Amino acid sequence: MAIYKFTLPLTDEQVKSLKVGDNIYVTGKIVTARDDAHKHALAMYNKGETLPVDFKTLGIYHAGPIMAKNENDEWYMVAGGPTTSNRMEIFQDTFIEAFGSNLIIGKGGMGARTTAAMHKFGAVYGMFTGGAALLAANQVKEVVEVHWFDILGMPECLWVLQVEEFGPLMIGIDAHGNNFFTENEKITMAKKPEAYKIVEQALEAVK
Amino acid sequence: MSEQVSLEKVIEDVAVELLRISATNLPTDVFNAMKDIKSRAKTDSSLLQITNIIDDATLARDESKPMCQDTGIVSFVLKIGDDFPLKSKLKDILIAATRRATKEIPLRPNTVDLFLGNPGDNVGYRGHIPYFYIDIIPGDKLKITAMTKGGGSSNIAKLGMLKPGLGLDGALKFAIDAVAEAGPAGCPPYRVGIGIGGGEDMCMNFAKKALLRPIGKRHEDPKVAILEEAVMEACNILPIGPMGVGDGDTVIDVNINLAARHPASLPVGIVMSCWALRHGSAIISRDGTFEYKDYLE
Ligand code: SF4
Repeated sequence: MAIYKFTLPLTDEQVKSLKVGDNIYVTGKIVTARDDAHKHALAMYNKGETLPVDFKTLGIYHAGPIMAKNENDEWYMVAGGPTTSNRMEIFQDTFIEAFGSNLIIGKGGMGARTTAAMHKFGAVYGMFTGGAALLAANQVKEVVEVHWFDILGMPECLWVLQVEEFGPLMIGIDAHGNNFFTENEKITMAKKPEAYKIVEQALEAVK
Repeated sequence: MSEQVSLEKVIEDVAVELLRISATNLPTDVFNAMKDIKSRAKTDSSLLQITNIIDDATLARDESKPMCQDTGIVSFVLKIGDDFPLKSKLKDILIAATRRATKEIPLRPNTVDLFLGNPGDNVGYRGHIPYFYIDIIPGDKLKITAMTKGGGSSNIAKLGMLKPGLGLDGALKFAIDAVAEAGPAGCPPYRVGIGIGGGEDMCMNFAKKALLRPIGKRHEDPKVAILEEAVMEACNILPIGPMGVGDGDTVIDVNINLAARHPASLPVGIVMSCWALRHGSAIISRDGTFEYKDYLE
């Protein structure tokens, strides 16, 4: 399992080279998008409307950050750890197909639909440390653009961010159909009988 | 009268400070538990994730900023001395403190009303939040703990109304199941609280309070202490680890609270905290002097 430093957008070769369990740091532009932003973007796409950003060139970051303005009236990130990605499972596959995004960042992993789309269209899922809000904010160097603030509000709108060595992102889903989290869940469940034994022995001891 | 006003001010100020401590300062023993996990990490992924957690907690402490953007639903555990001069008034004071802390720290406004939306100040439109756990104790002091527990780790809680025939064995296996099912969802390493007995709400309450014990402090009944250690060992052979990367410790401690149960029921509550286990405590005297504490027990 390797550690890479990449600039964004990822090339097709880079995407293909990644395997679950690898770790990457990315430099370049990412955009925050969670439930409402996914929904809104897909609704616009279905109506044939032009989107304000090109999702293909940006890492998609599942996050609802706390942002503030500095004394020069410029936005900055106060705190911005990842949110639970699984909520986006219901539309991530259509999103990848519609916009061609090849890097999705979040926490907790995603399911079978996303895994199939990543396999088909060539994309990876990178997990950022859940709750590491200040670390994430420190890796954001500039707020490049903000869209849909008026309609979706601070946590749900699109924040285009210039990040530097953003990560580590553990590859949880690769472009070859592998999903670390669903596999690991099976291994975890298979371990339960052994875990039960420890408790049974302890109960025997305290009888 | 003026003495009372100044005591009210002291309580409000201390409560704001406790919310700040809770949101920004990972308790030292929890921090040390994370460092222990780091020293045992075997894979890159595990090492990188636990290092991120430690770095984030360090930044939070140094810069006095919330370690996680989700600063949770605010609750206070109050132990009010018989001779402490303020009682019902305490709720209003702590609600005011919650509003102030939301602005000053800041805390993320998390109290969403299903009809009215988010008031933006962490005080529920219909009362109840911040939530108060109130107990009455002898003496003239007020003991207070502020908790800011995030939504992600609340979502992995479990209530089991088990068949009494399953006994302690069933209850403890239910805890292992809950941790296994949680997987990476609630930002592990977890702290696990197990409440057994009472009724459906009581066991959850016991489980949550178990999270407020110092790390490594075992139950006073040596038999229960052995079971706490066994469940911890059992959870730690599950290949979850920091942020679910599959390697390293999954739980930093397990604590059990036991109570009598109804003959027909075996209620089991499992409450887990994410790595960002957040609380702060203080003891306030009737003369307005106070002392911050890591733990009240
Ligand atoms: S589970 Fe805990 S660390 Fe993770 S995002 Fe929620 S509050 Fe933060």
